[in-house]
Amino acid sequence: MDKPSPYFSNLKCRECGRLYPKQAIHVCDFDFGPLEAAYDYEAIRPVLTRKAIESRPHSMWRYRELLPIDGDPTVGQQVGFTPLVKADRLAKALGIRELYVKNDTVNYPTLSFKDRVVSVALSRACELGFRTVACASTGNLANSVAANAASAGLKSYVLIPADLEQGKVLGSLVYGTNVVAIHGAYDQVNRLCSEIAGKYGWGFVNVNLRPYYAEGSKTMGFEICEQLGWKIPRHTVVPMASGSLLTKLHKAYGEFARLGLVEDTGFSVHGAQATGCAPISHAMKRGTDLVKPVAKPDTIAKSLAIGTPADGYYAIHAMKQTGGSAEDVTDEEVVEGIRLLAECEGIFAETAGGVTTACAKKLIESGKIPRDQSAVLCITGHGLKTQEAIIGKCGEPRLINPSLREFEEQIYSKDAAADAVAA
Amino acid sequence: MASIRIPTPLRKLTNELEVVQASGANVGEILTNLEKAFPGLKERICDEQGNVRRFVNVFINDEDIRFLDEQATAVKDTDEISIVPAIAGG
Ligand SMILES: Cc1ncc(COP(=O)(O)O)c(C=O)c1O
Repeated sequence: MDKPSPYFSNLKCRECGRLYPKQAIHVCDFDFGPLEAAYDYEAIRPVLTRKAIESRPHSMWRYRELLPIDGDPTVGQQVGFTPLVKADRLAKALGIRELYVKNDTVNYPTLSFKDRVVSVALSRACELGFRTVACASTGNLANSVAANAASAGLKSYVLIPADLEQGKVLGSLVYGTNVVAIHGAYDQVNRLCSEIAGKYGWGFVNVNLRPYYAEGSKTMGFEICEQLGWKIPRHTVVPMASGSLLTKLHKAYGEFARLGLVEDTGFSVHGAQATGCAPISHAMKRGTDLVKPVAKPDTIAKSLAIGTPADGYYAIHAMKQTGGSAEDVTDEEVVEGIRLLAECEGIFAETAGGVTTACAKKLIESGKIPRDQSAVLCITGHGLKTQEAIIGKCGEPRLINPSLREFEEQIYSKDAAADAVAA
Repeated sequence: MASIRIPTPLRKLTNELEVVQASGANVGEILTNLEKAFPGLKERICDEQGNVRRFVNVFINDEDIRFLDEQATAVKDTDEISIVPAIAGG
């Protein structure tokens, strides 16, 4: 048993503030409000300085005082510290002065930001003595739980909707996990998980381990600030499924400001969804925080297809409080977004990245993100996992024989002629 | 009587029972009758105004009552009601 962390003190209900011990529990007994990790910021302030952080290894664990585990991380020590790319060509294409891409398509080990949340959840699961871990997932979380559980020697079960992309299914199976595909949409998977979570003594990363899981997302925000030279970006565009990542990015910026690691010079957090499943964006546009569930999500952005978003309410408040907005885009726009990001920056994102890029385009066009300001796009998963979404939509290879004559006639001279017309 | 599945956080109030029975023509009546059998249960599920709390989902068989008639939704004896806390994404 590890000595309790001197920085991470309790779990606390976000609604009523009641305190709970740091166990595998996730909702308040009194009002069902989500439990959240609470910290002793006065104890953290003298320890977590810029200098201390900069001296540590390049992983998400360089901010460990602000993460909810007691001892040293035992799962996912290498996760995080992905590149923050200055995206000048995309900035020009979108017509904004300054733009960055936080590139979690290359997060270790499963190429999505979910490795951040899983690293925290499974490190805590080990501290709490779980030998079997599980999750409900739209794909990426399943991949990450499967991989990280394998490397930690934990048994795992991942529950997914039956209609996920091949790459996401295979990207779980390969690790030898138990993949259970469920007839139905993600919300039905979720509901089943919520009913079985307490039953078998498993650590369910997004059910009974949720308070630990959710905190992992903060590290994306911490890294963005540090990589910008200890600044909070003026605008951040974040994809939303349950709304947890957006809520935690907002918390991360607030914590860094509170600890004096950055100055709060004003920032806005914007949320992005696909129109075929946009319960949070639609509520935000209606000007309410009552999120109407979507019964039958219908979008190629399956990773974001959560019809009943648990943190929708908090995401709306984070956007409102920071002067941010929500936007949503059609499947065609998602594909255009994927291609634009790839062609401008050489980054191949999954559908959620297409959603973020396309929503950013709309937010800039509508003036919600002013053209003379600076923005960061959170690109959260790799495109190789969602190939179905763009197959046949990026052209085809041109087929020739291994002949110099054919190359000259069919490729080089045609392209030279086209270039001459374009010039 | 309809069966009601009780989520883990509420089982302290139902003597650890996972499934309980209650009568009532609609969801609202069932919640009121549940409160009589297990005092304290309703205030966990509903707020001061009597609305189902933001972080609670109530299903009849497989439908969220938010897609039906909320608490006025009719309930048959053969129906199964589930009370499910909202959970984070994936
Ligand atoms: C690639 C990707 N981006 C973003 C999200 C959004 O996550 P959240 O549920 O925290 O809003 C997900 C969730 O599955 C995801 O897979």
